[in-house]
Order: sequence, then structure tokens, then C-alpha cells
Amino acid sequence: MRIAVYLPLLLSLIAPLAARPLSERCEPRLATWLLTGSALVLGAASTVSLGLLAATGLIRIPQLAALGHWSATSAQRDDPAELSVALIAGLLVGGAVLAAARMLWRRARTLAAAALDAACMPTRDGTVIVDDEAPDAYALPGLPGLPGRIVVSTGMLHTLDETEHGILLAHERAHLTGHHYAFVALAQLGASANPLLRPFATAVAYTIERWADENAARATGDRSRVARTVGKAALAAHRAPALTRAAGAALGILGRHGPLASAGPVPRRVAALLAPPLDRRPVLAAATTAVLTATLLATAEAAHDLHRLLETVGAR
Amino acid sequence: MRENDKPMDADTHGRGPKRANGAREAEFLALLQQAGTALTPGEVTERLRDGLTYNSVVTILTRMHTKGLLTRNPRGRAYAYAPVTDDAGFAARRMKTVLEERPDREAVLARFADGLSDTDADLLRQLLGPEQDSDR
Repeated sequence: MRIAVYLPLLLSLIAPLAARPLSERCEPRLATWLLTGSALVLGAASTVSLGLLAATGLIRIPQLAALGHWSATSAQRDDPAELSVALIAGLLVGGAVLAAARMLWRRARTLAAAALDAACMPTRDGTVIVDDEAPDAYALPGLPGLPGRIVVSTGMLHTLDETEHGILLAHERAHLTGHHYAFVALAQLGASANPLLRPFATAVAYTIERWADENAARATGDRSRVARTVGKAALAAHRAPALTRAAGAALGILGRHGPLASAGPVPRRVAALLAPPLDRRPVLAAATTAVLTATLLATAEAAHDLHRLLETVGAR
Repeated sequence: MRENDKPMDADTHGRGPKRANGAREAEFLALLQQAGTALTPGEVTERLRDGLTYNSVVTILTRMHTKGLLTRNPRGRAYAYAPVTDDAGFAARRMKTVLEERPDREAVLARFADGLSDTDADLLRQLLGPEQDSDR
């Protein structure tokens, strides 16, 4: 218990550093699964670890120990964690559970509101054209049994040509059929339980866009066309005046330390589409799976140790 | 409000499988759209087949009517409800207000391309080459 219980917490500190590299080097669909799984497993495991640490503190309180017929004195003697550690863990686990519950409740309501919006829009083929000159397009998720909707403004339709309309629709349809909102929500759930995991949620928001981009590329068979469409739509939606400032590094844009390192998601998506398609990276996948398995095993081990501790101190 | 449109008791929400109001309303709306004709609360109750009581159905339909999502016309002793039929533009604009109150709506909407900073825009133009400028 002394080591195992801290492993998920330690990994929550280290693993997020790998989130962005993974999102940029692995094929987006697999990356989305790996990143979402990591956020969920690490979020759950670190919360359970904190709970276990807090529990070792709780049973030292004589009144609580009496409830379980445990001996508070032998708990104080055998206990693996410092009382101060248990106390901090107790506060953190309370915060984690509250934050996760609040996030779930909010997201469930927002998804319901989105489904209501979607159901309100009369359409035959799932696409709704909104009369609005501002270029905009998005997918509204539905609920099981209630189809989602793709909403496109007339401004966006005017910006793009026929082929590009097809790309836009293929992209948004991929969001709906792939249930991408669920990946985003689950990754954010992990991150709200453990804020250290936020890089995973950010990375998932990026990889679902990449996933949808690659789907659109497969539908049209032209990745650079998809890149140009994404760029065109983003530039059109970007209303700031087109100031061509002396932007230096035209070279090395695709380099690791080029301006893309600090760029927002859209330029990175475009650059990824202009570069050759990414592989599945079995080594990265195996490494992620190994880390997550170790996390789960450590949590199980720590829980088992607490169980044994309770049995020891419970000897009447 | 007509007499038989009022819920018998105010506390009818809890019956039937518990579900968020928005999801329930979305389900009703989809049902009314599929029906293609206005439905009375009795007809809606029949078609739902999930144990929601007549009174709950009346409550929800009334609430949706108040929100401006449904129109209603007297039929017999009850009202028949239908989705507000207007152009999609108006529907979308009205709908925006339902979702717009939600703090995390941006996380649910999958926008095609947004959130471009000035630096990002410059970067994009470089990535895509000079032809992009003539397009805009």
C-alpha cells in the first residue's frame, strides 16, 4: 500500500506530458481512444487512491473505528500513511468527487438541451441551413433514438464551393456517427476529477477534429483539399482584418519547434492534413496500455492492502 | 388554459422513467414531427409506450407550448399539439437560446473551424500558400 497507492498519483503528474505528443503522432482514431481511456483510468485511479489514503485516516478516529469494530489504536500503530497525508487526501477526494459530479450533471443537461435543439430543427437529411451571413458550421449531437443535426450558415455555404460543401458535411457527419461528444465528455470527466489530467481533455478535443478531418479526406480521397477547406472556412470565420504582418518563419513551419508548437488547433489540423497520414503507432498504443494496466493493478493492490489492514485492526 | 389541460396535481414530473426535461422534450418533439399531424395528449401517451402518465404528458406538452416550441388547436375536449412550423432559420435562431444558456455548450457543439487567433490566421495563410488570399 505504501507504494501502490501513490503510483496513480505519480502517473497523473507524468502521463499528461505525453498527451500532446500522442495526439500529434498517432492515427487520430486510435489516439482518441487511448487519450480518453487514459483520462478516465487515471482520473478514476487517482480518485480511488486518494479515497484509500483518506480511509486510513478515518479509521483512526475512535468513533468511526467503533462503527466498523476496528481498533483505532492499532490502526494508528499499523497505519501506512501519515495522518496529515490522510487529511489532505480526504479534502482532495471530496473535491474530486464533487467536481466530477458537477461536470456530469452539467454535461448531461447540455447534451439534453442540444438534443432538444436538434429535434426542433425540421430537416429531411439531417442538415439544417441557417440564414446567417456569418460563416459558421457545427454538429449538434442527438440522443439515442434522436438523430443529431448538422447546422450550416448560408455565409459558410457561400464561402465554400460544391466539393468543399461535401467535405464540410463529411466532417460534421463523422462527429455525429462517431459519437465524438462522448469522448470529449469522458475525457473532461477524468480531468474534472483530477485537474492534472487536463492535457488529455485538450488533446481529445483536437484528435476528434483530426479524426473527422481524416474521415472527410477518405470520403473525398484528397487530403490537401480537406486541408484547404478547413483553412478557408477558418479564415472566413475569423473576422479580424487580414493584416499581413511580417510573419517571419515561413520556413520550418512543420518543424517540431516551429510556430506550430504554439499554434491553435486549426493550423495544426491543416498542417497534419498536408503532411503524410499518420500510422497507428503500435508501440505508443502498447506503452499507453501498459501504463494504464499498471495503474489499475496498483489501485487494486492498494485497495486490497487497505482491506487487509482493516481486517488486521478489526481483530477483536 | 382550458380546464382539462391543467395537470391534476402539480407533482407529475416524477412518474415514469426519470429523465432530464430537455431529453423528454426532445423525444416529444421528435414524436410530433414524425406523426406529421397534430396530436392530443392522449395520442401522445399512447404512442410513447413507456409508462408516462397522461397527466405528465399534459404537463410537458403545456410547458413546451409555453416555451414556444409547439402550437396547439382545440380538438374535442382537449388540445392537439404540433411542432411550430416555420423556416429553419427561425427555428435555429430560437433554438440558440435554449442551448446558449448552458455554460459548457462549446464543448458539445462540434464546430467545423473556429477559434482562430491572428497569429493562427497568418500561419494558415502561409501553410496554404498565396491562392488562399484571392479566395477570401
